[in-house]
Amino acid sequence: MLRFALTRILMSVPTLLIVSVSVFALIRLIPGDPASLMLGDLATPASIADLQARLGLDQSLPVQFGIWFGNLLKGDLGQSINSQQAVLPLILQRFWISAQIVLVAVALASFVAVPAGVLAAWKQDTSLDLSLVAVATLLLSIPTFWLGLLLLLFFGLKLEWLPVVGYVSIAENPVAGILYLIMPIMTLFLHEIGVILRMARASTLEVLRLDYITHARAKGLTESAVLWNHAFKNAFGPTWTLIGLVLGNLLGGIAVVETVFTIPGLGRLLVDSIFARDYPVIQGCMLFVAFTYVLVNLVIDLCYPIFDPRVSAQ
Amino acid sequence: MTSTKPLLEVDGLTLRIGASGRTVVNDVSFSVSPGEIVGIVGESGSGKTLAARAVMGFIPPAVRLISGSIRFDGEEVTTMAPKRLRATRGAKVGMVFQEPMTSLNPSMLIGRQLEEGLALHRKLDAAGRRELILDMLRRVGIRDPEGAFNAYPHQYSGGMRQRIMLASVMLLKPALLLADEPTTALDAVVQRDVMELMVDLTKENGTAVLLISHDLGMVARYCSRIVVMCQGDVVEQGRSEDILARPQHSYTRKLLAAMPHREPARELPDTATPLVSVDGLVVDYGGRQGFFRKEQGKRALHGISLSVKPGEVVSVVGGSGSGKTTLGHAIAGLLKPSGGEIRFNGKPIDKSDAAFWDYRLNCQMVFQDPYSSLDPRMTIGELVGEPLRLVKGMGTAEKKARLQEVLGEVGLGDGFAERYPHELSGGQRQRVAIARAIIRRPSFVIADEPVSALDVTVRAQVLELFAELQKKHGFSCLFISHDLGVVEQVSDRVVVMQDGRIVEEGTRDQIFDAPRHDYTRKLLSAVPGLESTQDGGVRLFWRLADAGGATAIANA
Amino acid sequence: MKLPAPNALVGGTLIGTLGIVAAVSALWTPYDPLRLSFRAKLAAPSAMHWLGTDEFGRDVLSRLMAGAATSVWISLLTVALAVSLGTVIGLFSGYVRGWVDRTIMAFNDALLAFPGILLALGLLAVVGANKYGIILALGIAYAPSVARIVRGTVLSLREREFISASRVMGNSEGFTMARHILPNCIAPLTVLATSMFGWVLLAESSLSFLGLGVPPPAPTWGNMLAGSRPYIGQAVWLGIFPGLCISLTLLGINLLGDALRDKLDPRMRGAR
Repeated sequence: MLRFALTRILMSVPTLLIVSVSVFALIRLIPGDPASLMLGDLATPASIADLQARLGLDQSLPVQFGIWFGNLLKGDLGQSINSQQAVLPLILQRFWISAQIVLVAVALASFVAVPAGVLAAWKQDTSLDLSLVAVATLLLSIPTFWLGLLLLLFFGLKLEWLPVVGYVSIAENPVAGILYLIMPIMTLFLHEIGVILRMARASTLEVLRLDYITHARAKGLTESAVLWNHAFKNAFGPTWTLIGLVLGNLLGGIAVVETVFTIPGLGRLLVDSIFARDYPVIQGCMLFVAFTYVLVNLVIDLCYPIFDPRVSAQ
Repeated sequence: MTSTKPLLEVDGLTLRIGASGRTVVNDVSFSVSPGEIVGIVGESGSGKTLAARAVMGFIPPAVRLISGSIRFDGEEVTTMAPKRLRATRGAKVGMVFQEPMTSLNPSMLIGRQLEEGLALHRKLDAAGRRELILDMLRRVGIRDPEGAFNAYPHQYSGGMRQRIMLASVMLLKPALLLADEPTTALDAVVQRDVMELMVDLTKENGTAVLLISHDLGMVARYCSRIVVMCQGDVVEQGRSEDILARPQHSYTRKLLAAMPHREPARELPDTATPLVSVDGLVVDYGGRQGFFRKEQGKRALHGISLSVKPGEVVSVVGGSGSGKTTLGHAIAGLLKPSGGEIRFNGKPIDKSDAAFWDYRLNCQMVFQDPYSSLDPRMTIGELVGEPLRLVKGMGTAEKKARLQEVLGEVGLGDGFAERYPHELSGGQRQRVAIARAIIRRPSFVIADEPVSALDVTVRAQVLELFAELQKKHGFSCLFISHDLGVVEQVSDRVVVMQDGRIVEEGTRDQIFDAPRHDYTRKLLSAVPGLESTQDGGVRLFWRLADAGGATAIANA
Repeated sequence: MKLPAPNALVGGTLIGTLGIVAAVSALWTPYDPLRLSFRAKLAAPSAMHWLGTDEFGRDVLSRLMAGAATSVWISLLTVALAVSLGTVIGLFSGYVRGWVDRTIMAFNDALLAFPGILLALGLLAVVGANKYGIILALGIAYAPSVARIVRGTVLSLREREFISASRVMGNSEGFTMARHILPNCIAPLTVLATSMFGWVLLAESSLSFLGLGVPPPAPTWGNMLAGSRPYIGQAVWLGIFPGLCISLTLLGINLLGDALRDKLDPRMRGAR
């Protein structure tokens, strides 16, 4: 098991390296002097020259990358052109807000969708199954930005139960803070139920075909014991992996929900910085999200042997 | 042999797919008395598995019970309440499945899986259960029962897993054991050990057995009565000796005739140079650079030497892991050997392009899996004709004629050329594979388990075809198989392999009548010999009953 | 004649309708999608304007139709780009194997480490948001998924005995690739391309919604939704119809994708 864990962790290293190289290369692809780009309109010839020296722009590209990467490891992702803030703290602050929404939504969705999917598979082709699948397919076909808009229309404008625009941190004002988060979370929750339910159902169906399920029945176990003691654990693996993918997707895709509800999250930061050509922030966001995604997948993979012990034996 | 009431009585059982679909089990009746071993024999599509599963109340959702009754220990199974059914399962009736890889829950500890049934049906505390389980694991030949208790199934081989399955089922001392092809997926040597274990265990506990198998030889050996099924019907049933000696139904006769038997030995002309000779062939696998250490490669073949004369059929026999398939692939040029030499007509094939190409044109291969050896997107005509593409100096008309000729030779005449593989049965696909192999009139054919994946009667047909073609065209053949019965039928000479080495070789008669090596003797003890009797029946006899045996602690 | 599965039927109808509307809109729409009319500002659906008008008096129905054409066109081109790029890389990688394959896959996996539309967003920052920029950005973002799947298919096909048979016959590796491996990749690629069309359409709408799509005044469903936000209280129809179009399209693709997968992998349909 230890060997499996170490191998898996080490496998992430080249990925992270190449991600860094890609982000570095991406920004350098933009025509123009990198230092001027980084400093934007407020640049003075002196500050430009200063930054050029610090970035090592007179030296070869690999060296420049080395300097940049070195800074990266120290936590120095540069400074936002617009706000003059240090990039990393800014990202972390915004990330915290997005993370609250994403994690709560995905956790809730999993708790509902996984048992529902397993149930649907167990009662395959009954009206329960068919309706669950229909609902799931419907939910995942609705784009999150439209769903958010509809929720906003209904709960915000028509019923006036929830605030429509803005955000208050929970740390400052718990009750108000939660109210602001309810609709974004509900939007993601509804959407991801569709995705997770279908996967849970599919992998449970796969497992129910196998001999050891019949063997469990042959021992005289009740149907529900067969389902939950034998089928569930083995079926959960692929869904677990999917949850990791969903989390990753939302790290990027949450921008649209944040736009609908005007939440100052990480997605919105990235989009705003693209409009503002705030290259240090763009770079920082991309790196941060990619690194987080790799980390999430690493954790997911390391937990996989819990559901399928055969994996760590390789 | 007391005339007690039957334990299991199946009467007029009829099952259909859907309410009005195909009848898969038609008016089937048989019975099993307490402590008796009854075998159901049939090929694929015979309905034997469905009938057996119905005994436990496992009728798949797509299948409907149309009529009939199943009485187990006096109670009617088909109308049993679910609660009563569950109480019966495990405690009174147990089931062992075919696939050792999928019959145990991969994510649950073995001890826990075995405990489940006990906890459900017996009043014992945890310590008591554990003791029973450890005892049983020891009984079935697991060397370290405590270790097994806390291990996962994937840590054990197929044979071991079947033993664990047996342990799991026999823990509850059921009155009836349903064994659905319990050893089919196992190696020949392991098969016999597991079967003997099963027979011993059930005898000890007075458990009756319903053995389902396609292997008439195995069924005849262990069962006192046999039920023969074909396409959903019971065509014949009775005592084993009677069925074998005086088969009444034509299908039973067909099954018996399909069992491999010995042909008289052939005289082959003696030639100075063998057609193909292999000298000190070494093949290694693996050896990758891992993160922490260089992984040791595995040596699959340790210096194999053999030769094949023109027109000769040499069989290579061995269990899984013996290296016989690797040998076949290496000789076919699919693998690069790490050492040794292959000669064709006296010339080494790796020394010059011309020599290699000559070998390529003249050495062809028939593969094992008829479902994987044909490109699903090509028609039969395209598939069989493809090798001709590389023959220089053959015109289109000539190629077409040759294609027709070969298709006719294998019995796939009109209209087959336009069909696709998925439209053909397993036997037909193997004929296509054979046609493709011989279309260039090669002088050497390697056949890698060509009939292992086929039904018994189909197997006989394909073997017959192969023998015909071999006689007609006179090609030499390297016939790889794990099935000694088949080997006895087709070979001139036999080479026995174990763990990547040749342990014995000789003429067919030598090997089968006077085997010397232990492993050869063990293999032979699992295979029946046939003797024809007057009334069109056969008598099976078992060789070397002393070789091997289930009581020895298993190491497979 | 056996009726096709309900999945395929509904999905096919929805997608078929989309295709027809997109094609028709190239030739005719009820009004010019770009025509402004201050008299008919924010008009509710009526006989004159079936789906109402927006804040500039532009006919919503016409804009939806034009948006359909844009979305379909962009999505098709993007899928074509991603599939071509990904197939070439995947085929090559699966064919050569060894350290070249491992290196290519390391880069491929690194690109896959950018989840969802993140890579596309980054690329758009570089190439700029316009029709061809989007196609390029999304195409590059989705190519790695295709490459992984194609490579996986190639590797598993190589294990099949008909590939060994081809080699024993004497066929060169190249011929074996072209004649035997490539044609057998078509089925999984078709299923993938169908699903991908859906992902790309959604991504393109999302980008439009964020303001990073095809620049105004050209209508796309995404930017129509974005533009509806300030008026959502007074002109509800502006927010309903574009979203409905996207949802129905995605539903159709999902159903079609399911039907295709069922056909090619019937095991999933019933517990046998």
